Amino acid sequence: MSLRSADTVRYSWGALRGYPTRTLLMLLAISVGVAAVVILTGLGEGARRYVMGEFAALGTNLVIIFPGRSETAGISPSTLMGETPRDLTLADAGALARASRIRRMAPINVGSAEISRGGRSREVVVLGSSHDLLAIRHWKMAQGRFLPHLDLDRAAPVAVIGSKIRAELFGAEHALGQWVRLGDRRFRVIGIMGSEGRSIGVDVEETVMVPVASAQQLFNTASLFRILVEARSREALEPVKQQITEILQRRHQGEKDVTVVTQDAVLATFDEILGALTYAVGGIAAISLAVAGILIMNVMLVAVSERTAEIGLLKALGAPAGQISRLILTEALLLSLGGSLLGLAVGELGCWLIRHLLPTLPAYPPPWILTAVLALTLLTGLSFSLLPARRASHMDAVAALSRR
Amino acid sequence: MIELRAINRSYSVGGQPVRALDNIDLDIDAGAYLSIMGPSGSGKSTLLNILGLLDRPSSGHYRLDGHDVTALSDLEQAQVRNQRIGFVFQMFHLIPRLTAAENVALPLLLAGVAPGRREPLVAKALQELDMGDRAHHKPEQLSGGQRQRVAIARATVTEPELLLADEPTGNLDHHSGQEVIRILESLNSRGITLIMVTHDPEMGRRASRRIKLVDGRLADPDVAT
Ligand SMILES: Nc1ncnc2c1ncn2[C@@H]1O[C@H](COP(=O)(O)OP(=O)(O)OP(=O)(O)O)[C@@H](O)[C@H]1O
Ligand SMILES: [Mg+2]
Repeated sequence: MSLRSADTVRYSWGALRGYPTRTLLMLLAISVGVAAVVILTGLGEGARRYVMGEFAALGTNLVIIFPGRSETAGISPSTLMGETPRDLTLADAGALARASRIRRMAPINVGSAEISRGGRSREVVVLGSSHDLLAIRHWKMAQGRFLPHLDLDRAAPVAVIGSKIRAELFGAEHALGQWVRLGDRRFRVIGIMGSEGRSIGVDVEETVMVPVASAQQLFNTASLFRILVEARSREALEPVKQQITEILQRRHQGEKDVTVVTQDAVLATFDEILGALTYAVGGIAAISLAVAGILIMNVMLVAVSERTAEIGLLKALGAPAGQISRLILTEALLLSLGGSLLGLAVGELGCWLIRHLLPTLPAYPPPWILTAVLALTLLTGLSFSLLPARRASHMDAVAALSRR
Repeated sequence: MIELRAINRSYSVGGQPVRALDNIDLDIDAGAYLSIMGPSGSGKSTLLNILGLLDRPSSGHYRLDGHDVTALSDLEQAQVRNQRIGFVFQMFHLIPRLTAAENVALPLLLAGVAPGRREPLVAKALQELDMGDRAHHKPEQLSGGQRQRVAIARATVTEPELLLADEPTGNLDHHSGQEVIRILESLNSRGITLIMVTHDPEMGRRASRRIKLVDGRLADPDVAT
């Protein structure tokens, strides 16, 4: 003989409904904790996805080469002689373009210059590069065409301008085919970049792109800022990195004076940092759950002492101590379950609102967090009501019944 | 049916022992109607609680139907209370958020009786106390007499052999009190053993057997104190 589970749940549910203020208060405390976890991890995950997305927009299977060594491994004759690291040159880029595992290559040069047309002028970022940059970065043209196929060392007076620059210089006029002045040189506008190519580092809407050799003339330099390389596949990334390192080392008289990173490596680092951040933020929010647990304990203790006569009666009617504990624990479980479901709903709603207000931030809480927070809340509710349950079940029936 | 042998119950209050029951020997036959009288603080409730297995004696033996129930575990005692003993309290002790029917169903609920089997038993118990039309009322919607009738229905729904009532009319007006007594007596006439604590000498006299407690000891019921 013992109370059926369905009756246990129904009885506990009735007890919770019998004290609506107290029940609502506890539901509120639990759901605030749960919602905090969901929203904060949603934000963390959103930030992670945002950054990952931005990096992915840089291009796929990307290898980035820049001058200078990132790690200090060994002392070479040149560092002993106090030489600065050798620059990356167009000849280096040309050598890479011939490597077998490389699909596309684009040298990059960056500087700023004044652009003017008619009476209007402004400072702009000038990017010197080549035809393949468009494909590497997955950009799309708004109008016209991108930089033409040229030998890397051939300058040409053509420019691709961002849509904002077009609007500032030309207003409502037609821009394609028109001439603009960049520094002390004249360029003909052959293409216009739209807003598609917004990504980390470059806002193409406010950039002017010219052939790399033209940019070198403009800035009076022979060196490159960076070389972007696209490998044929993801699997080819490491071999490509190896090959690039070897080619450049050979070309630089055995010096390892460039840094070659794969986009994967960069991504992995960011992924790790932002993932850890999500955990940390979720952990901090989980503390509010522990606070809710302490509240549950206190309120359940009050509930037990308020319902002394009821507990005494149940004992008189033949409820053993274990049964009384089970009723109290069931109440706590129902509360935790209700609170966490409410909190999950509020949290999801909050995340939806964030996504609605900040469309660029994909604030989706990681799916596992929902299960984890549910389990954690149930566990918290259960463990913090062990003491109240114990107190209720150890209550002396005679004393409980005679209290008036 | 009931044999009490050398039952003592003492409390220690501030280090001083207080003897609530002092060496009680008592035999009660099945189907008896026994009233317990005595001045306030004489140990009437204490005795009733021991008879109802709500309290354990400090020493002595209690045999119910030949079995020594003082030796039973808490769990076994709970079972005996549920199946064989019914309680009626002065304070009614109905659960305010439950309806009359739900209050009556409690002992069956605790015994794990399925809902389908509970319903007819509850309806019958309420019917017998003329409370059938109040089944879905909350205690606060009932008069004192009606509440006590619901409490009696709860005490009898499991058809116990023993009914213990501690001043069942203590909170009722004269008329309702009379009615409750009549109900308890009719239950007794159908075979249930009725043990009732009362302050009212007139009601006490209606019992076929009377005992009196003075300072925790049995005394002559016909000598005024
Ligand atoms: N929990 C307790 N702790 C200490 N003393 C107690 C306790 N319960 C009862 N007593 C004492 O035991 C004695 C008997 O109490 P009991 O409640 O049985 O009296 P009673 O005859 O039912 O009185 P009344 O007619 O007022 O209900 C009293 O002296 C009381 O003070
Ligand atoms: Mg009493």
